[in-house]
Amino acid sequence: MRHTISVLVENKFGVLARVSGLFSARGYNIASLAVSETLDAAISCMTIVVDAKDATVLEQIKKQLNKLIDVITVTDFTKKEHVERELVLAKVACAPKDKPKLESSIKKYMAKIVHYKSNAAIIEAVGEQQQIKQLLEVLNGFGVRELVRTGKVAMSS
Amino acid sequence: MIGAQILLECLKREGVEVMFGYPGGQVLPIFDKLYDSDIKFILTRHEQGAAHAADGYARATGKVGVCIATSGPGATNLTTGIANAYMDSIPMVAITGQVKSFLIGNDAFQEADVTGITRPITKHNYLVKDASDLARIVREAFYIASSGRPGPVVIDIPSDIQMQDTEFVWPETVDIRSYKPTYFGHPGQIKKAARMISQARKPVIYAGGGIISSGAHLVLRALAEKIQAPVTWTLMGIGGFPATHKLSLGMLGMHGTAYANHAIMEADLIIAVGARFDDRVTGRLDTFAPLAKIIHIDIDPSSISKNIKVDVPIVGDAKNILGELLESIRKSPDTQEWLKVTDALKKKSPLRYKDGGTLKPQYVVEQLYEATKGEAIITTEVGQNQMWAAQWYQYHYPHTFISSGGLGTMGFGFPAAIGAKIGCPEKTVIDIAGDGSIQMNIQEIATCVCNKINVKVAILNNGYLGMVRQWQELFYKRRYSHVCIGSPDFVKLAESYGAEGIRVTKKEEVRKAIDKALSIDNTVFIDFVVEPEENVFPMVPAGEAINRMIDGMA
Repeated sequence: MRHTISVLVENKFGVLARVSGLFSARGYNIASLAVSETLDAAISCMTIVVDAKDATVLEQIKKQLNKLIDVITVTDFTKKEHVERELVLAKVACAPKDKPKLESSIKKYMAKIVHYKSNAAIIEAVGEQQQIKQLLEVLNGFGVRELVRTGKVAMSS
Repeated sequence: MIGAQILLECLKREGVEVMFGYPGGQVLPIFDKLYDSDIKFILTRHEQGAAHAADGYARATGKVGVCIATSGPGATNLTTGIANAYMDSIPMVAITGQVKSFLIGNDAFQEADVTGITRPITKHNYLVKDASDLARIVREAFYIASSGRPGPVVIDIPSDIQMQDTEFVWPETVDIRSYKPTYFGHPGQIKKAARMISQARKPVIYAGGGIISSGAHLVLRALAEKIQAPVTWTLMGIGGFPATHKLSLGMLGMHGTAYANHAIMEADLIIAVGARFDDRVTGRLDTFAPLAKIIHIDIDPSSISKNIKVDVPIVGDAKNILGELLESIRKSPDTQEWLKVTDALKKKSPLRYKDGGTLKPQYVVEQLYEATKGEAIITTEVGQNQMWAAQWYQYHYPHTFISSGGLGTMGFGFPAAIGAKIGCPEKTVIDIAGDGSIQMNIQEIATCVCNKINVKVAILNNGYLGMVRQWQELFYKRRYSHVCIGSPDFVKLAESYGAEGIRVTKKEEVRKAIDKALSIDNTVFIDFVVEPEENVFPMVPAGEAINRMIDGMA
């Protein structure tokens, strides 16, 4: 099962390697990872989506993360109220005549065409996993040529 | 001050009396300052020897061991020793030279990504990028290495940083906001544990290396005596409880005593202290201690419920928590019947071996115990020698059994003995070795002779890589694949280095040879030519329940 964990770390060089190295050394899977600075430039926030087969593994992942000297806090969003979003960019095949149809079919996902050139549109969408999944199904009908996702970010609410 | 001076000044202020190491191109500024320093320096013959010696020093004294090597190969040679210290939670600071900071990443001569290589085998590591950070880093490194669950810390210092001139400011305190180990147990959990102990009928205390590193041996003994619970221990916990005590069950696990393993399987309560339910201890996990509730005391939260689900976890320092428990237990459990059972188990299946006319390795270890009255520090290599040293020498005190537990590093015992002897010069230090293991760091005999370090090496020479041979005998139809190992003449070898050598081939000569070796003020190799195909028993085959032992006496 997938769980979203947010890890506040000292913004020091090598800290990403410490975290990712821990996952590979102990055989845990990272589904996605997003890293950025926080309000405090000395602290970075990593939002990690992990695949954990059971609660014991998830617990171990959190404990092992906490054990790293540069990790300040670990927050598990599994049972916490929170808001989570992911941004995707999708390049979709689209002849000029189909553009209105594409626009209307992605509207309800609050996605928009941010670039259009020679029969291809780049669509930007921000949303929850379910929304993005549905949007991608719609886009598949047009033909997705390229897809880039940021990975999830999350904030407790 | 330049970086190199700052480093040595900080080491002095941290109380470092001795360093083990090897010079090289990227640590020249440090070695130049060492020339005038009053820190004792032991030049080993290989960087791996330096790391193990620092480790052995730390295990014998409880202080932080320090080793140093140059960049590239110097640093990579330290890594086995660093990983060894990491697996056994030994406080160590390893200092490595690095190529000049502006060359890093350029594949410069003798460059290796040392912080990258050592990340998974250290508690923490540092690459120093500015000499003005150095004092803080050294302070933090010693604090991290020695606090919480101890472990090794690497400080990688580019040679230009060693030369960089800056103001020396000693940080009076260490404050790492993201690192605050827990030392005292949760009062509610302690109460719960105390209640559980009072209600137990068949308690067993399972003590690990945490007893030694937190100095909890006396309070462990007080608790065991108060609640009248038998005590078993891990390889790392040897010496944490007197082996000759009437509540002692000896070591448990793969080569533990039959009575310890049976007691675990029958217990209704296991009090695990500073131990981590390693696979060599538990055997097949789902069969381990089926009737028992488990209290687990450990300073490392990630050790708890990692391998086995526990009923009452208590995070904190073993010494503190055992002390708190001792005070909280109002009513001691009635264990009279239980102790009768464990005593009967001890009588029924004691540790034993077939003692015929030939020279048995177990007999040698017994004689080492007799000759030293259990007062020596014993280090071991890895394999059969290690298990016999654990089984047949009776340890009364902490810090007297020094062995590579987690990593299982052949070649550890001899350099570790050097470190132990430097740390405890008044003690007799004996490395119980195999003919295979001793050859993995045999070059350190030069370190002994040149520095007049008087250690004894008892080689249980069976002509085989004995433990692997034993597995091949028992589980691979005696197909002895590459385990018959040729050795040099250890007596002549010792002599050629300026040490002394004694060969023993008969049982009757054992004690005389040991006494002679102990009376010589020099390093002595005693080459005990023992029974070639002797096995370590009892033995729990890998993946079996721990009460399904082979005892080899049939």
